[in-house]
Amino acid sequence: MKILICISNVPDTTTKIRFTADNTAFDTAGIQWIINPWDELALTRAMELKETTGGTIEKITVVAVGLKDAEPTLRKTLAIGADDAVRIDAEPKDAFFVAEQLAQVAKDYDIILCGIEASDYNGSAVGGMLSEFLGIPSISSVSKLDIENGNVKVNREIDGGSETLSTEVPFVAIVQKGIALEPRIPSMRGIMMARKKPLNVIPAVETEALTEFVSYELPPAKAACKMVDAENVKELVDLLHNEAKVI
Amino acid sequence: MSILVYTENWDGKFKKLSFEQVSYASEIAKNINTSVVALSIGNVEETELKKLGDYGASKVISVNETKLDNLANQAYAKVISQAAKKEESTILVFANNYTGKAIAPRVSVKLKAGLVSGITALPINYEPFTVRKKVFTSKAFADVIIKSPFKVLTIAQNSFGLIETENKAQIENFAPELSDEDFRTKVEDVHKITGKVLLNDAEIVVSGGRGMKGSENWGPIEELANLLGAATACSRPVSDEDWRPHDEHVGQTGKIIAPNLYFALGISGAIQHLGGVSSSKYIVAINKDNDAPIFEAADYGIIGDVHKILPELINAVKEMKAAEN
Amino acid sequence: MDFEFTEEQLMIRQAARDYAERELIQDVLERDAKAEFPTRHIKNLTDLGFMGMIVDPKYDGGGMDTISYVLAMEEISKIDSSVSVILSVHNSLVCFGIQVYGNEKQKEKYLRTLARGEKIGAFLLSEPEAGSDASMQRTLAEDKGDYYLINGVKNWISNANSASIYIVIAQTYPEKGHKGINAFIVEKDSPGISLGPHEDKMGMRSSDTHSVMFTDVKVPKENRIGEDGFGFKFAMKALEAGRIGIAAQAVGIASGALNRAIQYAKERKAFGTEIANHQAIAFKISDMAVKVENARNLCLKAAWLKDRGKPFSTASSMAKQYAADIAMEVTTEAVQILGGYGYVKEYHVERLMREAKLTQIYEGTSEIQKIVISRSLLKD
Ligand SMILES: Cc1cc2nc3c(=O)[nH]c(=O)nc-3n(C[C@H](O)[C@H](O)[C@H](O)COP(=O)(O)OP(=O)(O)OC[C@H]3O[C@@H](n4cnc5c(N)ncnc54)[C@H](O)[C@@H]3O)c2cc1C
Ligand SMILES: Cc1cc2nc3c(=O)[nH]c(=O)nc-3n(C[C@H](O)[C@H](O)[C@H](O)COP(=O)(O)OP(=O)(O)OC[C@H]3O[C@@H](n4cnc5c(N)ncnc54)[C@H](O)[C@@H]3O)c2cc1C
Repeated sequence: MKILICISNVPDTTTKIRFTADNTAFDTAGIQWIINPWDELALTRAMELKETTGGTIEKITVVAVGLKDAEPTLRKTLAIGADDAVRIDAEPKDAFFVAEQLAQVAKDYDIILCGIEASDYNGSAVGGMLSEFLGIPSISSVSKLDIENGNVKVNREIDGGSETLSTEVPFVAIVQKGIALEPRIPSMRGIMMARKKPLNVIPAVETEALTEFVSYELPPAKAACKMVDAENVKELVDLLHNEAKVI
Repeated sequence: MSILVYTENWDGKFKKLSFEQVSYASEIAKNINTSVVALSIGNVEETELKKLGDYGASKVISVNETKLDNLANQAYAKVISQAAKKEESTILVFANNYTGKAIAPRVSVKLKAGLVSGITALPINYEPFTVRKKVFTSKAFADVIIKSPFKVLTIAQNSFGLIETENKAQIENFAPELSDEDFRTKVEDVHKITGKVLLNDAEIVVSGGRGMKGSENWGPIEELANLLGAATACSRPVSDEDWRPHDEHVGQTGKIIAPNLYFALGISGAIQHLGGVSSSKYIVAINKDNDAPIFEAADYGIIGDVHKILPELINAVKEMKAAEN
Repeated sequence: MDFEFTEEQLMIRQAARDYAERELIQDVLERDAKAEFPTRHIKNLTDLGFMGMIVDPKYDGGGMDTISYVLAMEEISKIDSSVSVILSVHNSLVCFGIQVYGNEKQKEKYLRTLARGEKIGAFLLSEPEAGSDASMQRTLAEDKGDYYLINGVKNWISNANSASIYIVIAQTYPEKGHKGINAFIVEKDSPGISLGPHEDKMGMRSSDTHSVMFTDVKVPKENRIGEDGFGFKFAMKALEAGRIGIAAQAVGIASGALNRAIQYAKERKAFGTEIANHQAIAFKISDMAVKVENARNLCLKAAWLKDRGKPFSTASSMAKQYAADIAMEVTTEAVQILGGYGYVKEYHVERLMREAKLTQIYEGTSEIQKIVISRSLLKD
């Protein structure tokens, strides 16, 4: 089986978010870019499966839709252990656009992993859209992915519980918390080997974005915390009841 | 033309969020002069289906099909787009929860519709159609234009209230066309959480941190949650220590929630914790350390020993409830 | 001139940072309190390839440059210098020493296992009565025809217990002074080697420092490094390179303390405002930051020279002396900024201050560095 992991290149999650002067774009000055955390865990799980299922997984490929500046992120995934990488040469405009681009690569894979959301635009859409473009099953909010004797077993969270599923391949797993414990740190050997692994750049297919981000705004500064005396707990209940009107 | 709302039921009863979504769609419908159609998948009685009318749905389409007992992404997306075609819906509304995230993107491709997820308010403009959503894990808002004729919207939880109307809904059964191809995943086992308010749906959440000192001190937290109809949650070290189950862990690496009211009891308010709760409308912090960062994020705070304050808080809530009645 | 790191260097820095922030931080206080060796971490860092990172890939090393090594040392030292000293001795004294001055047979036999991190190395130069004046070696290595017979005591040996491969400096021809000294690769389990008790240290308490006693220890002739009498020169050359590692360690300690001070100053309130808003604190932070930046640049310059095969002896001494001295100053100020919290273990800066002190002492005290620097400036 071949695994494909869709990688999104996102600003470090501890970044202080700023926008350009006219608030029409995210200000990328001084930003450190990282692998979207869920995608990184997906890669970890793919590596674990490759290591523990004795030859079942022939290959792990990573793919990103992005311009040249996404390459360091892709090379990091190679250093962590992906076998090869593909960059689809286009600016990722919106989820629909990205999913359609990814479909041209994903059609050749058995298990396609996407994160439940990217930590920048929080779209939660690429994985589901990609599966529909390919006309294959999708399993969303996946918290566990196993391969037993060549059969895929998946746990997923649903609203109000969880399910265990089996599925045919190919399919798209949209992964979240639980898929792997921690992202892997690339080893020196991995970093050295990444130099030699293929990173193929392919052109984008002609397609359009259906949405457009036009402006941004930071939330208004929060009002100071109203302190209630520890001797007067009743007042808190009063405030919640009469002022905030939430109980 | 119409707006189609995908509704969710829990054991045959609609979730409050579905009523909220119907209300939301009705407000849009008023603005663009159209009507709201609600779609229900599952075994829901007519009296319950009618309730969707109270919030502005003029029609309710009910799909009752045993094959659809479990959420099958591919099949659900097919049913919904068939309904949308039938009702000539151009705008589709979902919740931004696990269910919405599972099916809305598939529907969007079927209809070639632009999708915006996690919308926090009514559209800010209809021409061009512009909505506001949260980005950067709630650290900012963005305004997004949907350029396509068809539009799929998923609405952030607790971001829109209920609006009751005088309207009555007409109920209609609908038999979608499905094939085996749509069911290529098989559910082997389902584990449903019962008898508890679900954390993701809860309007009030009572959450404890390491300051609670041990699992034996969770009695009062559960009591307060019961009193308020709230769900319980915890910080990561608490679930790491097995004081509480892992599905209660909220934060960057846990569940991300947005209740109306969040109680942070003995929680320091680390950035990773806040990442999961900062969208709460109100945060109440009880902590003995007046420097704890949680007070920066909180709306109401008490400095003091949580073990002493919590019982007093429970009593005060009981008194308030008694006075109400 | 190019102040930009390469993509690979950044990846290595991030890898070291991730490991330190995720793993080392978890038990650093406990290991410091108990003076417990970081066995698990050394195993993990070995798996990640940090234990032989600058060795030529031909000998199973990571093939990384000195800049990368400096970046990794700094990141690890921000959190835990007990771990970075183990790395430093292993990498920049032992691996570097054998790679540059060992013969092919020695490299095959010893460098490979060291580079893979299967075995840890230690460097045995100091003696109870030969510290700064390392030429006063009392340990004897008598030439017995096919082998050398070593007798004597080495002091303050880092990795003494955890290592299995020693580089031992000893005197073969006392009458020749430092020109009679030799360096040997010695296997720790050779008969006649015994360890003194674990030293109860002020800082870097989780690294294992012992004295090592040699009683009639036989070392094969082929284990001598270089020509007969090359030992002192060898030790000085190894230390030249080692100092870059210690300089990076000091930079890490200082910048770790600076980061904690900045964070604290922005949170702690006194007299109605965050203490960062008091200029006395803000200026302290400014002074600390300038020192850290200077030290880092000196250290990178030395690494850069070494990577280009240019002379770096003076540069590495400058880096080590300056970085060690400012690490002491910066950590002391960090404790001051944290006030009472700074003085207790939970807040880490008192430990960083204890760790900083050692960087002024080992691999040549700050005074000795000044001798090296001034001599190079004044020699003709
Ligand atoms: C990559 C990463 C991801 C993480 N993800 C998450 C996450 O998703 N969710 C999460 O929660 N954490 C997460 N963390 C951990 C996070 O950094 C904090 O360590 C954690 O949130 C702290 O939990 P806490 O507030 O319960 O405990 P503490 O920080 O120990 O705080 C306990 C608080 O209780 C107070 N207290 C103690 N006794 C009493 C008393 N008797 N009365 C009143 N107050 C008292 C103390 O003053 C203190 O403020 C993550 C960390 C990392 C590095
Ligand atoms: C924790 C620890 C780990 C160590 N690890 C190792 C190791 O792995 N391998 C190893 O070989 N050694 C190791 N050392 C030894 C270390 O390198 C020596 O302690 C150091 O070189 C100083 O020697 P000394 O302690 O004998 O001090 P001394 O040489 O006695 O110096 C005492 C003081 O006199 C000053 N001084 C000496 N000569 C002069 C001069 N000419 N002019 C001005 N001032 C001078 C010194 O700067 C110092 O302030 C370690 C030491 C410690 C504490």
